[in-house]
Amino acid sequence: MLHRLTTPLSEATVRQLVVGDEVLLSGRMVLSRDVGHKYMKEEKPEWLKPLLKDMVIYHCGPVVQQQSDGTWTFIAAGPTTSIREEPYQADVIRHYQVRGVIGKGGMGAETSRGLQATGAVYLHATGGAGTLLAECVERVVDVHKLKEFGSPEAFWIIDVKDFPVVVTMDSHGASLHEQVAQSSAQVAERLMKS
Amino acid sequence: MSECILPQLTSPKVVEDRSLLPRDWTLSFTEPSLPGFQLAVLELIRRTSSRLPQDVIDALVRGRDAEAPGSRAFNTLNDMVKNILLADGHVTPLCQDTGTVIFYVKHPTGLSQLTLKKQIRQAVVQGTERVWLRPNCVESLSGKNTGTNLDPFGEGHPVIHFEEWDRPELEVGLMLKGGGCENVGAQYRLPDVHLGAGRDLSGVRKCIIDAVMKAQGQGCSPGILGVAIGGDRVTGYEHSKALLMRTLGAPHPKSNLTQLESDLTRDLNTLGIGPMGYGGKTTVLGLFIDELYRHPASFFVSVSYMCWSSRRRILTLDATGRPHFN
Repeated sequence: MLHRLTTPLSEATVRQLVVGDEVLLSGRMVLSRDVGHKYMKEEKPEWLKPLLKDMVIYHCGPVVQQQSDGTWTFIAAGPTTSIREEPYQADVIRHYQVRGVIGKGGMGAETSRGLQATGAVYLHATGGAGTLLAECVERVVDVHKLKEFGSPEAFWIIDVKDFPVVVTMDSHGASLHEQVAQSSAQVAERLMKS
Repeated sequence: MSECILPQLTSPKVVEDRSLLPRDWTLSFTEPSLPGFQLAVLELIRRTSSRLPQDVIDALVRGRDAEAPGSRAFNTLNDMVKNILLADGHVTPLCQDTGTVIFYVKHPTGLSQLTLKKQIRQAVVQGTERVWLRPNCVESLSGKNTGTNLDPFGEGHPVIHFEEWDRPELEVGLMLKGGGCENVGAQYRLPDVHLGAGRDLSGVRKCIIDAVMKAQGQGCSPGILGVAIGGDRVTGYEHSKALLMRTLGAPHPKSNLTQLESDLTRDLNTLGIGPMGYGGKTTVLGLFIDELYRHPASFFVSVSYMCWSSRRRILTLDATGRPHFN
């Protein structure tokens, strides 16, 4: 089923989503990856609270270009591998009341528990589609920690339109990644015997 | 989301028109400073970052067309094709992760590696400034980004493999290898009790299946595998990665391995992992395998995984110094 959603997202909206649903997401999102997640879990900065409540975190380290007027443009902005944030993600979702996490490759059991407890979803974007996804970025609103973390790790705040994602982990405990891992393991077992 | 795109990259003429190199530039091998070499390497970076090789595009399209139209696997492969066309048209990086920047330089006798290295490093700085490369070089413990893609000690990044050969031309290969796919590479030591893998071809096969299973979609499948059998821990990994410079569909230089490569590719595509691990018929686009000699006590199987966005190009400066991009 295809949904068109705009952030901020309510818990009720997110609870309706199930694995396999396609979403065209519009509105604001916050980019964060390895350094940012460690920082959010360990320091729990207050200033991020209003930016993240009912919002979506995107695991992405973009290629950016600064224009002559000082504004920023995203040149390439596909997802990075999410599993590296597994030690932090559930805490971050709970603490900041995040409603969605976009990335690639899926996440583990701890994150799945966090999604269920808070009412949030994991949304999968096509890895490597950097230019295609950058086209969905309408505006770079702001950036935090640019100097300290470097551009791939900074908290970029962006507005997007019709950003295409698939729900691969929902708030009811289902995970497409888990399903594919199990079915492929059965084939692998047969292949290894042959 | 399922409008079917036919792949049509910009024409060679458009690529030439956009080239940074003056139209009749040639490299003068006799001038020690190799004037213009840096610009030629920058042009190589531009093309590699934004323009995917045709054999990879063809393999992605074949994968897409084998899936049911409208399925998640079909749509995902189609988005990959759309992205390829956009990046080429805009001359922007195919992927925001422009990877570890790896050069394979083969040079005739008499050229200075120091001069080549210096100019390659400068070209990488310029490629970063022109946003064909993301700054991807951070201090390991502090995480501090140098911003230039240069490891200040000159050792780590960019990676440059030099080889002197007995031919007159200078060849510069470039591979941009993303972190996601690098992280799912694996090295096995046979026998492997856990896998039940012995020191034979069947054991090697089990390692390869295991590596693809562990990677699932996290290396941005459908991937391309480079597999080195043997060597030591360093040469095994090094060779497995260098194999990723090969062209998909081209026969193996050692003809007895061509069949093995296609059989393994076929088997891996029955796993059902599919593009991005969503499920589907195309889990790998191809596999390159090679055998090295080894120490009698060691039997390594080294697997390098390349994402679907397999960015590789070769610049050849022929005996007269004329540049040719593959």
